[in-house]
Amino acid sequence: MIAFESLHIAGLDEAELMHWIDAAWVRARGVRGAWQFEEVDVARIQLIHTLRHDLEIGETAMPVVLSLLDQLYEMRRNSARLNKALASLPPEARQLLLAKLER
Amino acid sequence: MANDPYKVLGVKKGASAEEIRSAYRKLAKKHHPDLNPGNKQAEESFKAISGAYDLLGDAEKRAKYDRGEIDASGTERPQAQGWRQYAETGPGERYSYSANGAGGADFEDLFANIFTQRPRGPAKGHDRHYSLDVSFLEAVSGGTRRITLPDGGTLDVKIPPGTEERDILRLRGKGDAGVRGGPAGDALIEIHVAPHKFYHRIGQNVHMEVPISLKEAVLGAKVTIPTPAGEVVMTVRPGTESGTEMRLRGRGVPAHGKHAAGDLHVKLNVMVGPVDEKLKIFLEGWEQPGFNPREGLK
Repeated sequence: MIAFESLHIAGLDEAELMHWIDAAWVRARGVRGAWQFEEVDVARIQLIHTLRHDLEIGETAMPVVLSLLDQLYEMRRNSARLNKALASLPPEARQLLLAKLER
Repeated sequence: MANDPYKVLGVKKGASAEEIRSAYRKLAKKHHPDLNPGNKQAEESFKAISGAYDLLGDAEKRAKYDRGEIDASGTERPQAQGWRQYAETGPGERYSYSANGAGGADFEDLFANIFTQRPRGPAKGHDRHYSLDVSFLEAVSGGTRRITLPDGGTLDVKIPPGTEERDILRLRGKGDAGVRGGPAGDALIEIHVAPHKFYHRIGQNVHMEVPISLKEAVLGAKVTIPTPAGEVVMTVRPGTESGTEMRLRGRGVPAHGKHAAGDLHVKLNVMVGPVDEKLKIFLEGWEQPGFNPREGLK
């Protein structure tokens, strides 16, 4: 677990981060004033920070962008799971599926 | 990185800090790897862009570069763990879109997704399936038929001699166009042969029944019969019984492929026809001593 003081994200403003947590863009654990972050949350904060400041995504557009990104990554996770499951099938089954997909 | 950072960002040598910042943002929006997961090229482009911005976005470093004190190499920032490294694996499920999260894979979406996952290479176009009704004689002797396709195009189908019911003719390259440079698919045409009024096919042989008159049967005659390949004169011997089978060699299905020509089997049927007084009177006074046509039924 990582506290705000140890985040080391250049230019990150605490009040702004609190706003992101309130908006549920970041899902921190703990209570206001003593938030705790996991590594995945840190990466999330870094992402939102990049989107907000480097790429100038506005406050109002941010939920749309995050929602689309979350959908994209969810699909990629699912597709990775599916690919893994397919890879474990016997070659004939994979061949059959490939043939179907060519249609 | 040996590339000129000004060229990477697409700005002039004398560009203002604001112009450089704006050029960087524009490119970063397009190439940021978190927004392009799985796209290696975007990742490489973004490395170059952020390396160039590292140099030109910092007034001091930029001045040194412009004076030739440092070069563009070594300015590539090692990429920090991006969002994508988390989001693509287990921890990312914490920010799952479908909030019930862990393991809640939506398999309908999954299957929609495989299409972008599999390797894309040239692929043969799809085959198209058609069905074609042909006459008995077209199937036996061969012929050419033009069929009109659902899309309005036409296809000339060559029916080879000896074609049988449910044979499938393959017209190479007449199916759907290939994908990504692959060959076109084939047209597959299933043949249905209409029955014939008096021919009947068994293998390579053709069978038919030919009626003859009482007089022709008794006295013998030369009769003209239609064969699949045209008319032929056939000799009926005197005293021919009804039901006699004759074979016309090579007059069945013409030779094709590995098959030699079949034969035409002709079964002669005696027809009594209209009976007049003359015949009746003659037969009343006429006997065939010792002949019992039902001898075989005993």
